[in-house]
Amino acid sequence: MSKIPQLLRENEQTILADWIKEMTSGTRRSDLITEQEFKQQASRFLQLLQEAVQSGELTNINAAAFGQIRDFLANVSTSRARQGFTPTETASFVFSLKHPFGSQLRKSIQGNADELYSETETLNNLIDRLGLFTAETFIKSREEIIVRQQRDMLELSTPVVKLWEGILALPLIGTLDSARTQVVMETLLQRVVETGSVVAIIDITGVPTVDTLVAQHLIKTVTAARLMGADCIISGIRPQIAQTIVHLGVRLGDITTKATLADAFLVALERTGTSIKKGMAAPAPVFAHNSTL
Amino acid sequence: MERIPILQMGEFLLVTIQVDMHDRLALTLQDDLTAKIVAVSARGVLIDISSLEIVDSFIGRMLANIAAMSRILDAATVVVGMKPAVAITLVELGLSLTGVRTALNMEKGMELLRAARGTGIGYTAY
Repeated sequence: MSKIPQLLRENEQTILADWIKEMTSGTRRSDLITEQEFKQQASRFLQLLQEAVQSGELTNINAAAFGQIRDFLANVSTSRARQGFTPTETASFVFSLKHPFGSQLRKSIQGNADELYSETETLNNLIDRLGLFTAETFIKSREEIIVRQQRDMLELSTPVVKLWEGILALPLIGTLDSARTQVVMETLLQRVVETGSVVAIIDITGVPTVDTLVAQHLIKTVTAARLMGADCIISGIRPQIAQTIVHLGVRLGDITTKATLADAFLVALERTGTSIKKGMAAPAPVFAHNSTL
Repeated sequence: MERIPILQMGEFLLVTIQVDMHDRLALTLQDDLTAKIVAVSARGVLIDISSLEIVDSFIGRMLANIAAMSRILDAATVVVGMKPAVAITLVELGLSLTGVRTALNMEKGMELLRAARGTGIGYTAY
């Protein structure tokens, strides 16, 4: 029978005081967390640990008895991830408990080296696991933040612009992956319905590389738009990209492609039955602008 | 038995699918439509699927088949009003309905049919 539960019950306050003293001198980041909040976290953690070990379970932190302390640690590390703590600092919060706890253990088991060794090992194991759990949740919450930012970026990076009555433009910037294609497709089709457009120009000037996968995503988008009754023109194909497409053997089928957005726009106007004339005097500002095409 | 009505408008036929298509219904439509095209010697078929929310590979293939059959019977087919979600599903299923003309709505679809009628048979998108 381990002495740890009993020891923790009897010496909780002493250990807490030692622990806080140790952390204050070492790892506490007074710029990120207030002293009061920090002390509160420490005492709450110790209290929950005390309650958990009373169950006699000292090795498996996934046991039901450790449910509350796991939740608490998850909260602490999530909030610390947001506050900007480093992983080391967050994990140290738990690991630094080893020293004050160990010295209490040594005091109470004096003279019996074997027992002291085995108890220390148990304690080390338990705290290691809790520490690793903290680090893991910390990383997980960081990853969640990254995923969220990625999603935000995804939405930001797919504007669909109305160029003319019945003509939409979709300037793509950045690499096209499956998730992004999905968003692009949905936004484009939605706008096609809303604006009743018959031509959509997909401009890939801002797409750094076109490989077979990206080409396939493009073809999918064009096909979906065609099913809705809107024709797509792909524009902004750089010389290198044209070469890559041919070298890769990608077949763009009967999709209209143009080198520049301006060329694509002219084709789109033609298809919608609009024509632009270069006049001597600019009749209206909008035509004056387009006369440079 | 449930049937999808086929309306005649001059030399064009109008099919409005307003219920969820199940397989039997699709087969009945295929029978009815080919019979009607021959009976009234229709020159164009307009299929409105704006109320269609769910498509599977079978219905997708049916649409392609109907279009192919009409073409053989010398009637151009235009599918109009496909919803974005339906279009995405069809593309993901690998059905691009090659050879089927599409339009955003009924009005644009009719324009297409008239244009096709005017210029003879052939693929003219606008």
